[in-house]
Amino acid sequence: MRNAFINELHRLAAADERIFLLAGDLGFGVLDKFRQDYPDRFINAGVAEQNMTAVAAGLALEGRTVFTYSIGNFTTLRCLEQIRNCVAYHGANVKVISVGAGLSYGALGVTHHATEDLSIMRALPNMMVFSPADALEAVAIAKAVCEVEGACYIRLGKGRESLIHQRPIEGYEIGRAIKIFAGDDARIFSTGAIAFEALKAAESLRARGLSVGLYTFPTIKPIDRGVIEECARRCRLLVTVEENNIVSGFGSAVAEIISELDGRVAMLRRIGLRDEFASIVGSQEFLRRQYRLTREEIFALIEIALTDGGGGRAANHLVKYFLWDYLLSAFAAAIIFDRRAREQIFYFSAEVMQ
Amino acid sequence: MRSEELAWRIRRHVIEMAHTAHGSHVGSALSIADIVAVLYGEFVEPGALERRDKNRTRIVLSKGHAGAAIYAALAEIGLMPIEELKTHYADGSRLSGHVSHKGLTGVEVSTGSLGQGVGMAAGMALAGARDGLEYRTFVIAGDGECDEGAIWEMALFARQQRLNRLTLIVDRNELQAYGLTAEIMDLLDLGKKFEAFGWRAVDVDGHDHEQLRRALSKIDETRPTAVIAHTVKGKGVSFMENNNLWHYRDPQGADYENAVRELEACRP
Repeated sequence: MRNAFINELHRLAAADERIFLLAGDLGFGVLDKFRQDYPDRFINAGVAEQNMTAVAAGLALEGRTVFTYSIGNFTTLRCLEQIRNCVAYHGANVKVISVGAGLSYGALGVTHHATEDLSIMRALPNMMVFSPADALEAVAIAKAVCEVEGACYIRLGKGRESLIHQRPIEGYEIGRAIKIFAGDDARIFSTGAIAFEALKAAESLRARGLSVGLYTFPTIKPIDRGVIEECARRCRLLVTVEENNIVSGFGSAVAEIISELDGRVAMLRRIGLRDEFASIVGSQEFLRRQYRLTREEIFALIEIALTDGGGGRAANHLVKYFLWDYLLSAFAAAIIFDRRAREQIFYFSAEVMQ
Repeated sequence: MRSEELAWRIRRHVIEMAHTAHGSHVGSALSIADIVAVLYGEFVEPGALERRDKNRTRIVLSKGHAGAAIYAALAEIGLMPIEELKTHYADGSRLSGHVSHKGLTGVEVSTGSLGQGVGMAAGMALAGARDGLEYRTFVIAGDGECDEGAIWEMALFARQQRLNRLTLIVDRNELQAYGLTAEIMDLLDLGKKFEAFGWRAVDVDGHDHEQLRRALSKIDETRPTAVIAHTVKGKGVSFMENNNLWHYRDPQGADYENAVRELEACRP
């Protein structure tokens, strides 16, 4: 996803001389081609993200389209106030890129986990927020952000994300969700590379005969209100899946819209980090399991909810475990306390033995 | 208008604005009045600011709390009605306490959070350098503002990018919000610090227009310039000078009358 985005940016920069790329001394091996081909428009601003962001704003106010690049929280939270004041308030044409969405840099530790950025960047006025799910969405977003004037945040995975889409996304319009599957019992909304887990869960649920839809949201601000409203009215269940804190994140953005709708709307469940830091050491895959951000979790949540809003599943449980236990207990009690039952069982057993 | 006269008018407006609006940071605005007067009086062409010429001089006030001095200068050079100065701090006004660019000609950017205007100015200077334009970028920062790490990030960056048309003017009045800079975060010799960062640095009397003019006129071939302007906070009103109370208080009653009397007595 990262390389696809940067390659697309390289391609766009050939035709658009306004495009500048400022890096916070990261991107070794990734940005080299841009740097070689556009030496006047690539600046390594050093390990100094506050200055990099303010400089980007200054350049943008002089007519440039300026990308700032680093990983984790370095282009976002480290220089949040510069983003707020210098970039967003001024409506400066700055595109903030962070590589390492969610738990991408799992084993590097919590400083490198970008797990609140969606929440925080979304809260800034004038800021558009993008979170592509795969390389093809990343390419579409690269094009879209170059065409729009104003502040953008683009959250990228660090690479090797599985593809969700089969073919390039043509003419992506900012603010649109993308339908992957239709389905009317439940719909999953996902953003970022975790959407692949949602995709796998949806496939398994559909194989079980449940009508489960899936949408990716490459843009989470402005969010696709139309799709959310339509889904909220049509289905029983909506599930959001994000690799971000559920507090104020993507799921919250969906909840904000649903909570203001009149009438009967879908039940909403949000999957994401439950307001905690991922403090265990491990790969992205391992941490996703530890913090319950897996296809199995998504599957179980939807299956339980759809089988009678939990009631059907509960009945299953009752039959499988409790009822059986009850019969066994009753049987045992009869043996112990009832002489006639004891005798009957004794004769019955004797007959069987013969 | 001579820059000395412009400086006097700025001070006179600043007192009036703070009095009317119950505004704060009078001492800071008086401190930079001479710097602002020399810059707006001699280094900009008002028409170029109005037309937003590509080659206009860029002025950024990074210590945004002294915005009253900028508004006064803009009004005096004809970029906004003098009457409008009365709306400083007022509901619905364009003139916020910390300097705002929205809807105003002659203010490049809004500031107020310290250490940020300098980076934006560096970005503007960099754009000029890339475009091969001759314009200069001046940015005024406070000495207390130099506590901010972002100032020194910018100092490293500007030298690295050889932003020789960027000039930083530090309003070195030796006071910050809670007291003496020497007692809070001792900045020692700021000129030497900037020299150590690879800048050309000049120390001047920040109230001497001739010294300011000379220091601001020169640029180095490769290095950015830091003008350390030694100033007196509250300059021009005796009881406000070097008194940090006037970082916060607005002149009312006898204080207001005395301030006006003192200034009127030395009207150029």
